[in-house]
Amino acid sequence: MLTKLTGGKVYDPAHGINGEVRDIYVRDGRIVAHHQADGVRPDQEFDCRGKVIMAGAIDMHTHIGGGKVTIARNLLPEDHRNDPVARSGPMRAGTGFAAPSTLTAGYRYAEMGYTAGFEPAVLPINARQAHMEMADTPMLDVGGYAMLGSDDFFLRLIASGAEQEIINDYVAWTIHSSQCIGIKVVNPGGISAFKFNQRKLDLDEDHCYYQVTPRKILQSLARAVHELGVPHPLHVHGCNLGVPGNLDTTLNTITGIEGLPMHLTHIQFHSYGTEGDRKFSSGAAQIAEAINRNPNITADVGQILFGQTVTASGDSMMQFANHAHAHPHKWVCMDIECDAGCGVVPFKYKDQNFVNALQWCIGLEIFLLVEDPWRIFLTTDHPNGAPFTTYPHLIRLLMDKSFRNDVLSTINADSAALSTLASIGREYSLYEIAIMTRAGAARILGLHDRGHLGAGAAADITVYTEQDDKEAMFTTPDYVFKDGELVVKNGEVIKVVWGNLHTIRPEFDRASIESRLKPYFDRYHTLKMDNFIIRDWEIEDDGRSKIMVHPCRGQA
Amino acid sequence: MSETQPKVFDNVPSPFCGIASDDLKITVEGLDVRVVANADTVTRPGFEQPITDTVPRIAGQPATLEQAVARAASLVNDAHLPVFSGFGTDVNETRAALSLIDRCRGVFDQARSGAGLRNLLVLSDSGWMTTTLAEVKNRVDVLVVFGADLEAAFPRFFERFIWVEETLFGAGTGQREIIFIGSAPPPSSAATSPDGREPTLIPCVTEALPQVAAALSALAGGQYLQAASVGGVAVAALQAVVDRLKAASYGVITWAAGQLDFDHAELTVQQLCKAVVALNRATRCAGLPLGGQDGDRTASQVAAWISGYPTRVSYARGFPEYDPFHNDAGKLLSSGEADVLVWVSSLSVTPPPVSGVPTVVIGRSGMCFEREPEVFIPVGVPGIDFAGHMYRCDNVVALPLYQLRESDLPRAADVLKAIERALGGS
Repeated sequence: MLTKLTGGKVYDPAHGINGEVRDIYVRDGRIVAHHQADGVRPDQEFDCRGKVIMAGAIDMHTHIGGGKVTIARNLLPEDHRNDPVARSGPMRAGTGFAAPSTLTAGYRYAEMGYTAGFEPAVLPINARQAHMEMADTPMLDVGGYAMLGSDDFFLRLIASGAEQEIINDYVAWTIHSSQCIGIKVVNPGGISAFKFNQRKLDLDEDHCYYQVTPRKILQSLARAVHELGVPHPLHVHGCNLGVPGNLDTTLNTITGIEGLPMHLTHIQFHSYGTEGDRKFSSGAAQIAEAINRNPNITADVGQILFGQTVTASGDSMMQFANHAHAHPHKWVCMDIECDAGCGVVPFKYKDQNFVNALQWCIGLEIFLLVEDPWRIFLTTDHPNGAPFTTYPHLIRLLMDKSFRNDVLSTINADSAALSTLASIGREYSLYEIAIMTRAGAARILGLHDRGHLGAGAAADITVYTEQDDKEAMFTTPDYVFKDGELVVKNGEVIKVVWGNLHTIRPEFDRASIESRLKPYFDRYHTLKMDNFIIRDWEIEDDGRSKIMVHPCRGQA
Repeated sequence: MSETQPKVFDNVPSPFCGIASDDLKITVEGLDVRVVANADTVTRPGFEQPITDTVPRIAGQPATLEQAVARAASLVNDAHLPVFSGFGTDVNETRAALSLIDRCRGVFDQARSGAGLRNLLVLSDSGWMTTTLAEVKNRVDVLVVFGADLEAAFPRFFERFIWVEETLFGAGTGQREIIFIGSAPPPSSAATSPDGREPTLIPCVTEALPQVAAALSALAGGQYLQAASVGGVAVAALQAVVDRLKAASYGVITWAAGQLDFDHAELTVQQLCKAVVALNRATRCAGLPLGGQDGDRTASQVAAWISGYPTRVSYARGFPEYDPFHNDAGKLLSSGEADVLVWVSSLSVTPPPVSGVPTVVIGRSGMCFEREPEVFIPVGVPGIDFAGHMYRCDNVVALPLYQLRESDLPRAADVLKAIERALGGS
């Protein structure tokens, strides 16, 4: 079947196409070149004249599945009670809001034009749950980053001075076993240190038991990811999240990685200075400058937006330290299986609160001061900074200076006065938004057939009506196609589909690393190594998700 | 090799015990399953329960699967409020049940939710700090067992997690201290260390557990108690427990909510959780809520991510609503509000409660009934008859379950989907 999208203004940064009027052809779920469609009468045609066409959006950092999200759901029944979602058309019932039910999350993403989301904190021991929840998230392609860096097997390797090759095998084995597409590290070594009652771990501070530093952990993991040819750089949630003055830690983390590729996630939470009467200030300018200067560094922002949300993180050390801020006052911390941990703390960001208002400014300053949109990504670290449903509002803040300044004039006046935001004139273009939310996200993950509209790409396509109010525009796309099928019309799901799981399979010496891992599991773990590894049948056997394996560098 | 040679399976995970032992050795000969290594009083009957019924019944009469599905669908379709309970099930079966419940505007409640809620209500009221089994195995130096007979429900707890040969951090497990608050452990309990050290016992009657938990929490929080004894327990003894936990590197307080079988036991659990948080001001300490037998945690986890709520969810108004008190299957049946009961239980042969409403049972073969249900569809067991997944008591580890034998029994998930299809459009 041939489908034609006629006459839309196309934004396809992967091919340098910036608002040109073009036709797009789709056959069997893929975009086909014009010459392949010439002379063939389309079975279906969509008049897209006056409309904007982009690839489906990709959220490269969103907590949509896994143990801590379900802890958040169980912690906050009131979060759902206020946002019931009735069964409607093809959509099943569910609940919103900050930690929505999986079904509702999938529908709402699709209704905003998103066709993929990546869960950034997959604890290997909890990876099955992450995959089960992502499998129950309709409409979206999914994938995960496996968390390492506080697991005892890895820390023992580092502490014993293991060769890089062994680390590489372990990292590759973990990616295979947990069916992930990248590696994340959270408060390197800190989650483990907290189990030994260490309450803080700076970049060059020793873990009190293993006597290794976060700097060493970061270098070793970044090198492994790089040497294995994993497309996505090491995904780093750094030390000292949320601590005033962590700006210096972040700058040192950037230089400490010695030129290796590194992605700094929710960098807003790591860009705080200690200037001013309240010893809390914006480090956005220095952070943005460091990103601009270091082409090996990418970042997503983790913008906060005002309102009630819940923070769910692997960083049990910092979540415990911040539990007094819980709103409502209830929270969870867990030590998990000699593998990692988690902390779930509900939060209400208030526009009249000095710190929250300045956090809002800092995130926007970073967005606007980082020059290269290919190296900065639009996230709220859903739900930690705000639920993903706020993305259209965030896009408007970036694209519309007068709107931004209007909001700025309503927040805590001291914060606004301390911020340089009012003096920044930049407005993101549609082309730049398409880079941040599509082309750049696909490129940083190594998804060759997503995030663009060239021949051969999967036909994940979003069509919007161009409007001055960009929030309205990005809230309600006219059409969303998933793998070539029309799934959303006028902002409403009309067909429910199930997405794919994106993974990689780096090469490694399985026999060598399993000869170490098997006895380790037998001696110290509470399950067998064979039962830890997630097999393909577990993902694919119910007939919904398909595993898509993307090549690593050097793989055919 | 002759055809009668039994098949042998190693490292088999058990869906029946909440601690999910996955080191079982099992032999299968025809339909006969035997646990030949590492069995206990929970896993052995779980695996060895023989297949009895293989043919569905309608009102006691043999029927085809199609007829039974059609009859079940018509009962569900005609019901004003169908209530779904049981839920000794795996992940896919729970998914299929929730899809049907959403479609027919039913209520979801597990047979064991009363016990689970003693923890869940604490989680949603104040949160907690908890740990998981491998952390306990490698780190614990002081274990407080509060009001629980662990071995009755988790016979291998001490063997698998406490008196282990070695730990990651070099500390010998011989020095571990076990403190029971409540009843004495049974004679020849595995709580006694391999070198013969008996656990410390602070005897306390069940009725006094709430007061004692409150006193522990107050003492852990640094409060001074004027009373010399609480609930028949000397405050000095409780202070000694708190002092021991304060001096510990990694203390753990454990309880089994299913065994705290008294009104508002959640308040007792909450006091224990408060004590844990207070102890973490200076050292590390964690709670370990034990439970999850017969897939109870599994059903709750799946419900939480699909509906947003962990149990007792009603779809009667077209969207999920959580009411841990009102949406109690037993209450809805006895009040007459529910007019059909669908009992889904593939792991356990526990039959549905006898009630006055038509009952559909999608149940493990071997289930016996006090009153024959309107529809009975015997099904196979995830982890024996087909593959599946289950959650352990700590809500973190999901284990794969494997097919061990070839039976023709249908899967509960397929039966539930067939019922949903028979209901027609949305």
